[in-house]
Amino acid sequence: MLREMSTESESCAGSCGLPSGAINRRAFLKCAVVSGGALGVGEFAHAATGMPAAAVQQPDDARFVVEAKFYEKAANLKIKCKLCPRGCVVGDKERGYCGVRENRGGTYYTLVHSRVCAAHVDPVEKKPLFHYLPGSLAFSLATAGCNVNCKFCQNWDISQSRPEQLPAEYIPPQRVAELARHYDCPTIAYTYSEPVIFSEFLMDTADAGHAAGVRSIVVSNGYMQEDALRQAYGKMDAVKIDLKAFSEKYYRDVVTGQLKQVLESLVTLRKMGKWLEIVYLVVPTLNDGDAEFTGLAQWVKANLGVDVPLHFTQFHPQYLMKNLPITPVPTLERAKAIADAEGLHYVYIGNVPGHSAQNTYCPRCKKLLVERVGFTESRMLIEKNACPFCKHPIPGIWHV
Amino acid sequence: MKFTLSTSRRSFLRGALTGAAALGVCGGPQLAAAQEPGALPANSRVVVARDPQLRGTGSAVDPIRMQSLLDRAMQAAFDSDRTMDAWKRIVRPGEVVGLKVNTLGGRGISTNRVLVEAICERLQQAGIKAGDIVVWDRGTEELERTGFQIAIGGNRVQCFGTDQVDYEPELSAWGSVGSRVSKILTQRTNVLINLPVLKDHDGAGVTLGLKNMYGAIHNPNKYHPNGCNPYIADLNMLSEIRTRLRLTICDATTALYEGGPAYKPEHSWQMNGLIVSQDPVALDYTGWQIVERKRAAHGLKTLEADGRPPAYIATAADGEHRLGNCDPKRISTIEI
Repeated sequence: MLREMSTESESCAGSCGLPSGAINRRAFLKCAVVSGGALGVGEFAHAATGMPAAAVQQPDDARFVVEAKFYEKAANLKIKCKLCPRGCVVGDKERGYCGVRENRGGTYYTLVHSRVCAAHVDPVEKKPLFHYLPGSLAFSLATAGCNVNCKFCQNWDISQSRPEQLPAEYIPPQRVAELARHYDCPTIAYTYSEPVIFSEFLMDTADAGHAAGVRSIVVSNGYMQEDALRQAYGKMDAVKIDLKAFSEKYYRDVVTGQLKQVLESLVTLRKMGKWLEIVYLVVPTLNDGDAEFTGLAQWVKANLGVDVPLHFTQFHPQYLMKNLPITPVPTLERAKAIADAEGLHYVYIGNVPGHSAQNTYCPRCKKLLVERVGFTESRMLIEKNACPFCKHPIPGIWHV
Repeated sequence: MKFTLSTSRRSFLRGALTGAAALGVCGGPQLAAAQEPGALPANSRVVVARDPQLRGTGSAVDPIRMQSLLDRAMQAAFDSDRTMDAWKRIVRPGEVVGLKVNTLGGRGISTNRVLVEAICERLQQAGIKAGDIVVWDRGTEELERTGFQIAIGGNRVQCFGTDQVDYEPELSAWGSVGSRVSKILTQRTNVLINLPVLKDHDGAGVTLGLKNMYGAIHNPNKYHPNGCNPYIADLNMLSEIRTRLRLTICDATTALYEGGPAYKPEHSWQMNGLIVSQDPVALDYTGWQIVERKRAAHGLKTLEADGRPPAYIATAADGEHRLGNCDPKRISTIEI
């Protein structure tokens, strides 16, 4: 049985099942029911339950096992992984930090190719991507595993598990593309856990999708080596990166990663010309200082430009961080005010249903261009990638 | 293994309750339970027992000699002339005993089945029903591949992996660790006897008793950075482990001084021994020294010079953890 994901915004961002307003909640549920119903007759036939791992182990796990793309062989049957900056040196019969790559006799394998543990049809705004085909649906999927261990992860039950511990379905790339088309999704989204660690599956699926006329987007932490990033995310049509904080200390203590590498990934993605949006989960007391917001906004402006959307999202207590409160809305508004003052054009507030900062406004004439309620758009006025009132270009991918 | 009596979940719970009542009301002989926080022994006893003839003239471990080696080790560890007195200080009838083996190394270097059988024999003589003994590790397939006979249900010694029962749905957390713990540990057993293997480890330096607990959680891959430090120590602070652990018997029949944890025949040696202690830190410290001596004999660098000192051992002994002793002045090593 596949796990269906909640109604939350899904940046590893720790929102927790917020109703997105009555209409959108209904719309979402409708979407979920549609997908769930249809899934029931196809590959997703099982219902989500707390089945013991024994019951979910597949007799033919070999079909999920494919040689990894990004590694090099080392002495004594060891390998050095070149997928993420962690650069795990993995001995024979051991796995990397992500838990989904295993050294078998000196050859490194991914154990999660086509091993889908979560799938759902989501509004693209749930990723959140606000400047990418607003109002469209994304066929969203995940495998087990993650290359970091954020203490606030809302999907820790899949991201921090090993593949054999989770129910999963075999859904090869071509089938994913077929399902996306079947559900009228113009896009496949790699999300929920951490797509870095299922890069091979992502790449093959993106190719299959493009061959079938379906685009691909990824929701990622961006903690990836440059070569792997260029090869894997080079196949994406849009990328959303969770920038967890603007301090190395936070990355070290809360994320178990490195800020520097993520910033480098952002710059690389921008140079590659990928449509890029950034989410920053604001965690009370840990990354919510004025100096950090200012530093972040200045860095984005200097390195990525003022047109890259920046979403400040609300934290909800999860996983290993249940001791902190929900982010107060005024804190998010303070963050937005600072980023606005630094000159960023598209600064949003997320996980706060009904907040006006979920809408897109023209940076020149300030008129409302896209109105959003929850995870769907209710009014979309942008025409030919520009403001219909003052003709100011509005960056993004607005139309199929 | 002997297959005499079965245990159902109900009978397990009844047994557990009975055991608890006995502990609370009747007192009885002092059980050698794990040390409580802040109650470190002044000295920790570690027995290193060897039998050069453990395999006779062949390559397989001789069951009779293994039983004898185990008996001698237990007598020395508990300073007793009678083997069963030692075992009765570890377990009491009605308890359900988990034997956490290590099967990562396959048939080459896993917890020896003959050792496990010898322990099961003595546990039953100490009053533990066969069905109340659970030989377990992470995966059933790994156990099977290593030569253990899988047994689920019935009147026999149980043997299966956590994959059969899953991990607890809720996290257990201490320090840097947040993990789902095996239900074998939390729901199927109330006593833990740890049966690791003496091995070199490419990350932690060595892997013995403390690290063997990585096989009891759902996310061990998260705890390998920085030489597994402080993760190993933090993990062993989880109450699910700490309150159940009564004894560690490290299998050193075949040991590994380089290239671990996977089996590397060219770096293994037949030590034909066991290391036994109630202090898991002292045992790891002692095993580490054995590995270092073997490395030196083969002209290899010390683990520290190799960039992988087992710093987790000192962490496990520090004031925050107090899981045992790693000061050699406070460890009585008894070689027999």
